[in-house]
Amino acid sequence: MAEAHAVAHEAPKGFIRKYIFSLDHKVIGIQYILLALAAVFVGMFLSLLMRLHLVWPNAKLPFFDVMTPEQYLALMTMHGTIMVFFVLTTAPQSGFGNYFLPIQIGAADMAFPTLNMLSFWFTFVSFAVMMAAFFVVGGAPISGWTAYPPLSAVGEIAGPGLGWGQSLWVISIAIFCGASLMGALNFITTTLDLRTKGMSLMRMPLTCWAWFVTAILALLGFAVLLAAGILLLLDRHAGTSFFVPGGLVITEKLIPHKGGSPLLWQHLFWFFGHPEVYIAILPGMGITSHILSTFARKPIFGYRAMVYAIFAIALLGLSVWGHHMFTSGMSPYSAFAFSLLTMSIGVPSAIKTFNWIGTLWGGQIRFTTPMLFAIGFVSLFVSGGLSGIFLAQPAVDLPLHDTYFVVGHFHLIMGVAAIFGMFGATYYWFSKMFGRQMSEFLGKLHFWPTFIGVYCIFMPMHFIGLAGHERRYPDTTAVQYLAALQPVHLFMTIAAIVTIAAQFIFVFNFFWSLWRGKKAEVNPWEATTLEWTVPSPPPHDNFAGRYPAVYRGPYEYGVPGAAKDFTPQHVPDGAGGAGSH
Amino acid sequence: MEQKQSGTGGSLVAAGLALSLVVLTFSTIYIFFKRTWWFPEPISAFAEAVDRQFDRTLVITGLVFFLAQLALGYVIFRYRDRGGRARYSHGNTVLEILWTSATAVMFIGLGIAAERAWASLHWMGAAPGAMQVEITGKQFAWNFRYPGADGQFGRTDPSLVNDAAGNPVGLDTNDAAAQDDVVTATMAVPVNQEVEVILRAVDVTHSFFVRELRFKQDAVPGMVIRLHFKAEKTGSYEVACAELCGLGHHRMRTVLQVLPEDEFQAWLREQAAE
Repeated sequence: MAEAHAVAHEAPKGFIRKYIFSLDHKVIGIQYILLALAAVFVGMFLSLLMRLHLVWPNAKLPFFDVMTPEQYLALMTMHGTIMVFFVLTTAPQSGFGNYFLPIQIGAADMAFPTLNMLSFWFTFVSFAVMMAAFFVVGGAPISGWTAYPPLSAVGEIAGPGLGWGQSLWVISIAIFCGASLMGALNFITTTLDLRTKGMSLMRMPLTCWAWFVTAILALLGFAVLLAAGILLLLDRHAGTSFFVPGGLVITEKLIPHKGGSPLLWQHLFWFFGHPEVYIAILPGMGITSHILSTFARKPIFGYRAMVYAIFAIALLGLSVWGHHMFTSGMSPYSAFAFSLLTMSIGVPSAIKTFNWIGTLWGGQIRFTTPMLFAIGFVSLFVSGGLSGIFLAQPAVDLPLHDTYFVVGHFHLIMGVAAIFGMFGATYYWFSKMFGRQMSEFLGKLHFWPTFIGVYCIFMPMHFIGLAGHERRYPDTTAVQYLAALQPVHLFMTIAAIVTIAAQFIFVFNFFWSLWRGKKAEVNPWEATTLEWTVPSPPPHDNFAGRYPAVYRGPYEYGVPGAAKDFTPQHVPDGAGGAGSH
Repeated sequence: MEQKQSGTGGSLVAAGLALSLVVLTFSTIYIFFKRTWWFPEPISAFAEAVDRQFDRTLVITGLVFFLAQLALGYVIFRYRDRGGRARYSHGNTVLEILWTSATAVMFIGLGIAAERAWASLHWMGAAPGAMQVEITGKQFAWNFRYPGADGQFGRTDPSLVNDAAGNPVGLDTNDAAAQDDVVTATMAVPVNQEVEVILRAVDVTHSFFVRELRFKQDAVPGMVIRLHFKAEKTGSYEVACAELCGLGHHRMRTVLQVLPEDEFQAWLREQAAE
């Protein structure tokens, strides 16, 4: 396969070709990461405003004065949308995956560099369009990140933000789908076609497996969301009625649509929406496996089982979207199938958890910052996963659906666990990407309040959910039983303020280390995979034309009889496991 | 290099992390046991069945939570770097098969056990002779319709919906069956009597949620959804909208009164008179 390495493009000369419209997967990866970093701060700021409003509803907040219910719902919609699409989808896959997939499999670049560049710039435009929704007449949409019609389909008659704001939202999502489809094709092709000599599929790092399977999910999921988005746009602007039934009366006006089905949108949306959970979390699982093995100084426990589990999670993940719809009015018989399939996802998830603990068992664990976040990921994955077992049972879901129990559940597993994966990835790979090491001291200072903080924010949500606290309530005064839950809101808001404050330690560490960090060695963690054989940062074509051959699996730590406790993939048998090349 | 992360610094972090996992595990389990924030008392056989299934799930997931978090805490402390070499192992197929089958049996068994309650609500219709109430959601209020003495719901027409004229559900008074229909803003049902609810929505999707019944069902425009419940304790219970329906979603609230039969009849007569 060595011929495939013929450099697809020359090293660029000017600033614009090098850093803006770059074809280099590494630059594009960093562009995605910086976009996600900007997006996550917007999303986090919105969540802070919401948490403040829930506890002090009459306080004057920046940009909002005293927040109205529609402003709260707009923030909520945009928080969810920004976090799900522009953070959880972009950073772990398009960001870190773009940067490290080609290097870890021994390739010069992604298979389609131009498509890669287009994919990023589509994402960028999509983000700009989404942000524009804040500034148009009526503001951002109030229909939630799930945009259920008819609310999202009939225009501003149903509420503020549902005119221009909602249209921009749909357009932005459609552009984002295009970007994700291009990215998915690129990841799949790269993984299948550009592996270096000796890099069989079963020798790939688990990160590569995770990115590969995530790309397959993205290809199937985003295609459907794109179709749904276009149909919604047609309903809004071309007078079609895919999602709007006849005979609707909104604020005493008869709506001219007829014959559509609101449930059709829910099916299409969740056919994307559930795999999206795995699009967000699978790369984090890959990174966690990678980091745990590195710092436990042990091979991953059950490599093959881990690969099969990723596939099982993805396959099941594609067939369980109906568990979001137990109260929707869909066929109660299909609920039975959706429920059992969903419960089955607990099995490969348990395999992953057991194997992570098995990897640590008997190790010589080095508590670096990336390792702390990887261990945190395992803990959060267990906690967030188990609350899913309640929601997967239709009867038990009834009192919990659309309450804070669900909010706590998906924030732990899809939000925070995935973010821990990203933090782990950042602390682990920063030195490779930027040639300087992040401060370990600041990294640990960042870890502790974050780990404890996220549990203090999201665990109590499960309890107020049990007590029946509906989600998406800007104000808790109209329903009497919510008054007793207000102290819990106060606790969560304080936890959120502390946790958010701690994120500035990360930002400071990130930018300070960029300029002032300790110069990085080639292989500071004494790791085995190919990214640790190239300079930090790697040259334009990664391997300077000398592509490595691979002789073994990715996690050969502590091999008995070897000179060192790590045997890199590229070192031939009998060479004694020396780290040089 | 191998010694650089070992020593007391590593041990302290290991101990700290293990301890925080222990604290997390025990405090979470404690709050679950204490039940400070919890479901309200159930008022139907269905709600009790849901609670039993919830408790079964809680025991199983609680056990897994306890074991997994503490095992994680144990291994990171026990196997902190002490300068030696890790045990070289690629895994253990027997263990792998064992815990895969154990979780499969546990989770799928739990899933099957849960279906009985679901089936009783969704697969079986209301008992014959059940009282019917139509529930209509609209931005941002609930309306309830009782068929009156004839036992028949009259025709409705979306073009007749007019709140100001006192016709929130668009009742067509030209239809004889509509003459005695009673439309109310709060709901009442007689205790210990099966009630069939017929859910509709006039504008966007809403969700009818009564905590004490463990009952939640979306009211979807264009759909007519029939479900049933039997409330067995008298009292007044809050009903809140559980599906985002617009800027007034949080104040789309009403009450469900479960009344003794005679009080219910009196209530219905009073509502009809208004």
